[in-house]
Amino acid sequence: MDTAKVLENVAFNILKQAVIYLPDDIKQALKKAYAEETSDTGKTQLKAILDNVELAEKYEAPVCQDTGTIIFYVKAGAEAKDLDRVESALIGATRRATKEVPLRPNAVEPFTGKNSGDNTGRYLPYVNWEIVTGDGMEMTVMTKGGGSENVCLGGMIVPGEGIKGLKKFVVDAVVKAGAQPCPPTILGIAMGGGADISMKLAKKTLLLPLNEHNPDPEIAKLEKEIFEAVNMTGIGPMGLGGKTTVLGVHIDYAYRHPASFPAAVAFNCWASRRSSARINADGTVEYLTHKLKS
Amino acid sequence: MVVYKLKTPISEEQIRKLRVNDVLYVTGTVVTARDQAHRRALEFFKEGKPIPLSLDGLAVFHCGPVVAKKGEKWVAVAAGPTTSTRMDIFEDEFIKDFKVRVVIGKGGMGKRTTDAMAKFGAVYGAFTGGAAVLAARAIKNVRSVEWFDLGMPEAMWVFEVEEFGPLAVAIDSHGNNLFTDVQKSVEANKQKIYQKLGITS
Repeated sequence: MDTAKVLENVAFNILKQAVIYLPDDIKQALKKAYAEETSDTGKTQLKAILDNVELAEKYEAPVCQDTGTIIFYVKAGAEAKDLDRVESALIGATRRATKEVPLRPNAVEPFTGKNSGDNTGRYLPYVNWEIVTGDGMEMTVMTKGGGSENVCLGGMIVPGEGIKGLKKFVVDAVVKAGAQPCPPTILGIAMGGGADISMKLAKKTLLLPLNEHNPDPEIAKLEKEIFEAVNMTGIGPMGLGGKTTVLGVHIDYAYRHPASFPAAVAFNCWASRRSSARINADGTVEYLTHKLKS
Repeated sequence: MVVYKLKTPISEEQIRKLRVNDVLYVTGTVVTARDQAHRRALEFFKEGKPIPLSLDGLAVFHCGPVVAKKGEKWVAVAAGPTTSTRMDIFEDEFIKDFKVRVVIGKGGMGKRTTDAMAKFGAVYGAFTGGAAVLAARAIKNVRSVEWFDLGMPEAMWVFEVEEFGPLAVAIDSHGNNLFTDVQKSVEANKQKIYQKLGITS
């Protein structure tokens, strides 16, 4: 068995699945939003979204032309073999997907503005590593568009303001973002850790299914409270007005320094693209979020 | 809410009938232009140089498509709108110089563009962000690509489209701007939300 080949194939498959087929929880939430939206203009937008999701599946085309920045999350078993071959396999899969799916080339060198043409470059695709027990590996890809990335916000709350400060931070971020992140969006929120850690945690929560709430009931309650609050803004689908601004809210946290209260809001557009697979030690592969379509 | 189906070239008289919240479908020629194509077109106009085609009565589309070459022919694979605010610095001149009647994008545009649309007779049609395949299916033919040296997303793609939409008329030619209206009510709602969450602003 050529491990590098298996890894590259799996990465290619999850990348292709992610950009074409939206996860079921997102599709269900969009359908529910369409049924419940009261603004005519908002309803027109949600109808166009649902039609588009169906057409993407039918023609096996990327659901959005902005196929985003490619980020992998790898949970590697401590006993897994060939971990040193994973990153090059992910780069290979990214190049292949750019050509074959196709994906829009979105990797630009910051100084010259030159596009690499294949979605790879220094730190792209980005790989987040986590070591877990076992001899298998779980690989997840997130491809995230520029519109929703541009309004992600990290900041520092006055610690004395506590959770109230966090709520204000989030509401203000959603209002300021307005139409830009292609609402209805999904919000990933995190606090604590440090400026970098809160943003990393916030973005990572965007991988969770919408119906998976924080196991801590207090945090789950806060998720619900923020969800209801931001949906009162009236921003609506595509910022054209309506009651559906956000499809879901996830919150995570890390312990913080007594004098620091880092907070982060990561937005994802309605086209929330993610896909996961598990590679077992014997080389067998299970696709976790999508049934494999070749 | 009235549904309009217009064919290019679109006249000033036709476009003046549209009001915000109406829905528009365009048939005919739609030309993509992002930051770079806008800048170059305006430079050409200043220097008295012709641009690749007349845009009089056509629709300009803020879009960086995914386009694939099948044999000798270009095919639009995914072609949703990009954020229009980046073009706000060019659009008033662009409407004045080239007489486009419809600007298609997402996220809305500001006062300069709204004023130019009122003055010269044009509308902003919001195409649903991310609805890239819906857009691509309405593109029946890629007639040509101009200024390809700007790269795939920034080049000027000339599309022949059939019932391209739905476009939500979000800025009309009478000074109305739906995005600005929504923003105003969102600001008012924000105060209610603060109250509900016990936030003192």
